[in-house]
Amino acid sequence: MGITLMRPNNVGYLTKEGFKSIFKHGLMSFASVTIIMACLIIMGVFVMLALNINSIINELEKQNEIVAFVDEEYTEARAMGLKNAVLSVENVSSVEFVTRKEAMDSFSEDYENGLFDEIDATVFRDRFIVHVYDIELTAQTKTDLEKVDGIAKVNAHLEYADGFIKVRNVVSIISAVLVAILAVISVFIMSNTIKLAAFTRREEIAIMRMVGATNSFIRFPFIVEGLMLGLLGGGLGFLAVWGLYTVVCNNLLTSSMSGLVEIVAFGGIMWPLLGVFLGVGVLVGAFGSNIAIRNYLKV
Amino acid sequence: MLQMSEVHKVYESTGSEALKGVDLTINDGEFVFLVGPSGSGKTTLIKLLTGELRATSGTVMVNGFDLQTIKRRKMPMYRRTLGVVFQDFRLIDKMTVYDNVAYAMRIVGAKKKEIAERVPFVLNLVGLDEKGGRYPSELSGGEQQRVSIARALVNNPSLIIADEPTGNLDPARSLDLMLLLEKINALGTTVLVVTHEKELVNAFSKRVIAISDGRIVGDGMDGYYAYETE
Repeated sequence: MGITLMRPNNVGYLTKEGFKSIFKHGLMSFASVTIIMACLIIMGVFVMLALNINSIINELEKQNEIVAFVDEEYTEARAMGLKNAVLSVENVSSVEFVTRKEAMDSFSEDYENGLFDEIDATVFRDRFIVHVYDIELTAQTKTDLEKVDGIAKVNAHLEYADGFIKVRNVVSIISAVLVAILAVISVFIMSNTIKLAAFTRREEIAIMRMVGATNSFIRFPFIVEGLMLGLLGGGLGFLAVWGLYTVVCNNLLTSSMSGLVEIVAFGGIMWPLLGVFLGVGVLVGAFGSNIAIRNYLKV
Repeated sequence: MLQMSEVHKVYESTGSEALKGVDLTINDGEFVFLVGPSGSGKTTLIKLLTGELRATSGTVMVNGFDLQTIKRRKMPMYRRTLGVVFQDFRLIDKMTVYDNVAYAMRIVGAKKKEIAERVPFVLNLVGLDEKGGRYPSELSGGEQQRVSIARALVNNPSLIIADEPTGNLDPARSLDLMLLLEKINALGTTVLVVTHEKELVNAFSKRVIAISDGRIVGDGMDGYYAYETE
């Protein structure tokens, strides 16, 4: 009989062997799936937490506003006419015109003791409440707004903007570092679990080698097995995070914190998250299997 | 054809020299016993032939492959020209008898039809045609060794190396197994049997190569006792 390399008709057989092996080594399969699932749940919970913190910060950022005061000489109608010019300034996302009268009313409301009841509205200026796209460019936007003809003065809380930027950066860095650490720990635990699985089958691998199986012929079912276990672990991990998140959200929505924080809807991120979970599961499963059996393919 | 010339093997970890200049030739179609006491170098010699070890110096040529220079990726191709039978059978527990034998055909890319024809044929040859669906753990030691022989045979190897094949069998089963190997040899396959069972060797009039202390100390048709050094 001739000597040939792995043929395409073997691919079906080897894939089937990979699937069968999942059930033949049920306990190790269960352990592998559980480990992948546990690691992904931890990572998933942290990712959801980080997404919500980011969302809260973004919401707070949106509330940070710049006030552009119109020249006192301008009539209300002329002042209102500046709206388009203000809106056209780079980084400006929305503009709201506030008349002198509205400004005074708002001011008086803040001081209910009637201290400013006698003040005339002409003391105030017509103004624009400006929101920006990128809070990091607040200083530049302030300068640009000051250049608009008819704008006499611009007030921007640069210290708040800086504060938000710092908090966001710190949260981003901590998130990235923790996710990276968790990912490394997950791969390490997974790799060891699969190594243990491969160790229990080292005799089987040795026999396969001795009867002339190529490394790729031996490796293929292991990769299929790891891939399927990774996929299963990723899928179950996703469902677990979905369930956990739904329970936590429901509790928050019915608690006293309801309305204080805007919770990121799971539906909005479920597909990318599912993709990441399945992708991580598949990568960890397939690469983990490959790494784990490598040592037994050298003889 | 198997040819060893001035083969030395020194284990680096211990510094011990297991083979000390072995010269050996086995021609196609021969039936040869390799005998010797424990620690004589039999296992080292077999491991050189199966590609598990490489000689420190000398030449080892088997079935047209130079085992001193063979690349690792070519080793599976070489091993497919051999049939190896071990004392501990080395069957895959999770596979049925049929699948254990068929596996050796699948790795060489045999078609389903070929496998479906050939596996029952060799199982019949070793007397296990009724037990293809069983798992190794459901068979006796003698039956497991027959499965191992069927697997070694299935790809029509040029050479069968049987390393202490009767070590785990009772005398009656051992004799049956040797008769089976003799039958296989009669069909044209070269057979090399490593053993230290004197009675068994002497029951057959075959070429006997004796090894002691890493050297070939005898080669002839005179039976085990002629070379006994213990």
